[in-house]
Amino acid sequence: MSWIAKPRVAHPGLPRNELGLTQRDYEGRMSTLCAGCGHDSVTAALIEAFYGLNYPPHRIVKLSGIGCSGKTPTYFLNQAHGFNGVHGRMPAVATGAAGANRTLTYVGISGDGDSLSIGLGQLAHAIRRNVDLLYVIENNGVYGLTKGQFSASADVGSTAKKGAANMQPPIDPVLLGLSLGVGFVARSFSGDKEQLVPLLQAGLRHRGFALVDVISPCVTFNDHEGSTKSYRYTREHLTEVADADFVEPKREIAVSYAPGESIDVEMHDGGILRLRKLAEGFDPTDRDRAYAHISERLHRGEVLTGLLHVDKGLREMHDVAGTVDVPLVEVPHGDLCPGSAALDALQESFR
Amino acid sequence: MITTPQPPAPPSGARVNDVALKIGTVNGTGSASANGLLRRAIFRMGIPVSGKNLFPSNIQGLPTWYEIRANGGGHTARSRSFDLVVAMNPATYRRDIDEVRAGGWVLHDSSWPLGRDLLRDDVTFLGAPMAQMCADNFTGDRVRILMKNIIYVGVLAALLEIDRTVLRSLLEQTFAKKKALLDSNFLALRLGHDYAKEHFECPLPVHLAPMDENRESIIIDGNTAAALGCIYAGATLAAWYPITPSTSLVDAFSHFCGRYRKDPETGKNRYLIVQAEDELGAAGVVVGGGWAGVRSFTATSGPGLSLMGEFIGLAYYAEIPCVFFDVQRTGPSTGMPTRTQQGDIQSVIYASHGDTKHIALFPADPGECFHFAVDAFDLAERFQTPVFVVSDLDIGMNDWVIPRLEWDDSYRPDRGKVLDADELEEIGTFFRYLDVDGDGVPYRTLPGTHPRGAYFTRGSGHDRYGRYTEDEEGYTDVMDRLDRKIGSAAPAVPAPVLRASPDGRRASLGIVALGGVDRAILEAQEILTAGGLPVDYLRIRAFPFANSVGTFLEAHERTFVVEQNRDGQLRSILVTEVPFPGDRLESVRRFGGLPLSATDVVEQIQEKLGERTRLESSVPGTFA
Repeated sequence: MSWIAKPRVAHPGLPRNELGLTQRDYEGRMSTLCAGCGHDSVTAALIEAFYGLNYPPHRIVKLSGIGCSGKTPTYFLNQAHGFNGVHGRMPAVATGAAGANRTLTYVGISGDGDSLSIGLGQLAHAIRRNVDLLYVIENNGVYGLTKGQFSASADVGSTAKKGAANMQPPIDPVLLGLSLGVGFVARSFSGDKEQLVPLLQAGLRHRGFALVDVISPCVTFNDHEGSTKSYRYTREHLTEVADADFVEPKREIAVSYAPGESIDVEMHDGGILRLRKLAEGFDPTDRDRAYAHISERLHRGEVLTGLLHVDKGLREMHDVAGTVDVPLVEVPHGDLCPGSAALDALQESFR
Repeated sequence: MITTPQPPAPPSGARVNDVALKIGTVNGTGSASANGLLRRAIFRMGIPVSGKNLFPSNIQGLPTWYEIRANGGGHTARSRSFDLVVAMNPATYRRDIDEVRAGGWVLHDSSWPLGRDLLRDDVTFLGAPMAQMCADNFTGDRVRILMKNIIYVGVLAALLEIDRTVLRSLLEQTFAKKKALLDSNFLALRLGHDYAKEHFECPLPVHLAPMDENRESIIIDGNTAAALGCIYAGATLAAWYPITPSTSLVDAFSHFCGRYRKDPETGKNRYLIVQAEDELGAAGVVVGGGWAGVRSFTATSGPGLSLMGEFIGLAYYAEIPCVFFDVQRTGPSTGMPTRTQQGDIQSVIYASHGDTKHIALFPADPGECFHFAVDAFDLAERFQTPVFVVSDLDIGMNDWVIPRLEWDDSYRPDRGKVLDADELEEIGTFFRYLDVDGDGVPYRTLPGTHPRGAYFTRGSGHDRYGRYTEDEEGYTDVMDRLDRKIGSAAPAVPAPVLRASPDGRRASLGIVALGGVDRAILEAQEILTAGGLPVDYLRIRAFPFANSVGTFLEAHERTFVVEQNRDGQLRSILVTEVPFPGDRLESVRRFGGLPLSATDVVEQIQEKLGERTRLESSVPGTFA
């Protein structure tokens, strides 16, 4: 069965947020992804993030493209409008929807194939337009739904389940975003909810395009020796840049471990991820230094996580375009149609 | 030095207000303004007129032509032969001179000798040393190049009796703030005019005289009119990728938005225009906007339409209102980007993979571009589906005389079945694709309205409850309803227009067509009827077809389907969708990139009748 209803039962003792809603009110349908999929952890983090921010679910719009990641918006926010469009084109749909109604919160879920291959142009131009959108890439380096082909984020030398090695260099969405001038970019790991939830919340709060690359291992096609996006590889190569400054004080959910210390994070499959915070005094507002730092670490085989860059000064799409504050969908026709007298006057210039 | 040979004796028959004129120039030399000036002056003289720009896909240096047809009887379709050709481009002398009808005239720049091999003894060559006059009277290369154009306008004013007062007042309007340029233009106009008066027999036997046919008319191109329709319909979101010949539609929308869509208090925009990275992006933005509740549209042409295919299928299947303007150009592939065609009829109606079928409107002129734009937004929201307005380069970019546009201030947009928060509060459950009213059109909700209105929109298989499905029954149920829904739009789309044979006799011959070939067919219908071949004409204005299309086909022994594509696309759709036996439908086609002329229609119908019935035709073969 490809569609599974999830019983809505909430224990009366469940904690409630400021809207009086429980986390159950932010959930969706039962996931149909493989057991142990990193994407389900991202879904859980999103649920927690929205719950914690006290967002009314029906004022959120969730969008996706095609692939395993594209399926996930059904698994959270049952009370939000969802849109699962065409492969790699979620940014355009999000642009249109945000264009029509600038007062809603937009979250787009994409994958590495969806974002870095078929939808690379769409991603790049949504960043340039600075659409007010939290854009999450569930990045596993593999095409899961078509059973294991390499994606554009697969590292050189990583091997597919059938043994073939990838020889093409990867596209790193974080470096790509930085070079395109993205106003918010972060990286995390699906199994690290403590880090991921505040990053998602910061991304939601950011006005403009917020890119969060989440390494989310594929348990079926890419979690084996030779893959650089397996659980084991990622756990051994993650380094964290912690930055809690951006999350506004009222909502602060700090990643509270000090520089030089390590922290054990329990993951959804029971594994323990050891993160180490490396960069004391890392300044995420300096784009050029962030770029240099991240790429230097990548060359050493280390994946920096955390809030990597933020620029709060960028103006989002509507501000650049000078759109009215009231959402366009609510502007009455009377304010849009010039009427017959104006048409008559105009036509004098057509003579 | 003038080397024009002695002209032959002028033809005896003088004709007033029936002139076809062609001007051959070089792209990027400023001739477009001069040609527009001529066309506007003739319009202001009250004479029906059209201006057709045959331009290259180039910014500067390649040949370009402008065709003006002024016709007191209102026939302004393209003419295939010309009374007078203004040959300003030596690179095209040969073909330009060939296009003058026997007994016609060639005006050329005689600053340099005309090659002997170009001469024809059945036309009159009128040489005026225009470059020399510019060199003698103006300084600076730019002004000299520009003023040469105004000099030929002056010569034509004398030859054709175009009202110089009108020309001068138009120039005054154009150069109101540029006194020096205005003086140069006045001088050039006078130089041309006086030279003609002195050296040529003025006016020519074929010339113009003031009428009063344009009092209630305007002159406008289809893209401008369509953009205006979008403004009046209340469209607020446009997404596009520049492509000839649709670019000017969004440009015009942007211009009108600047004029009509500023919040008077804040100066902010009551619209959003997104120039996307490609047509895929543009289509996606439009789909997202329609889904979120605004009236959104894009404008494109064939290559862009191909790229938009996937999103069009999504909008059809997920039932999202949005409007696509397809200003057709010559395909396939890049084809001839600056030439016209009706080559997208089939690819629009069945756009995207799988079983899809779309509402499409086919305006015949800029007036219908305006009104159909408004209709398209209403239909899109009423039927929750993408709607196409399909024009072509000739309609979209050329200047047409049409009756003044009228607007009914009581118009209210048809938003279709959209549930608001109160209604959602009242009903127990909401299912997006449930056919509650039995009319094939479900209810929809907009994001952000109410928790109960939330649903998951998807292009993947879904059942009537909006749930993902891979079950045959749930999938088929929705697909069958979609077919019923689009079919049910037939009575709601613009109805076909019937023009019975002008002589009132019952005709056994019929013509069926759509779009911009209309004026050529109306003229052809008169010619055929006058020649003893009464023919009825039905112009289809939309798909799905009204029942009257089938009735018309049944009522005629033979029907000619006139269209501008190679494969007879409209004919194929009639065979499939009416349905109607193909052996009773004959194709009349011209698809090489030029607007259709009445002569094309008459000749081909005569030929087909001759082939099949050996009918002795008394209809003349060529028409000016």
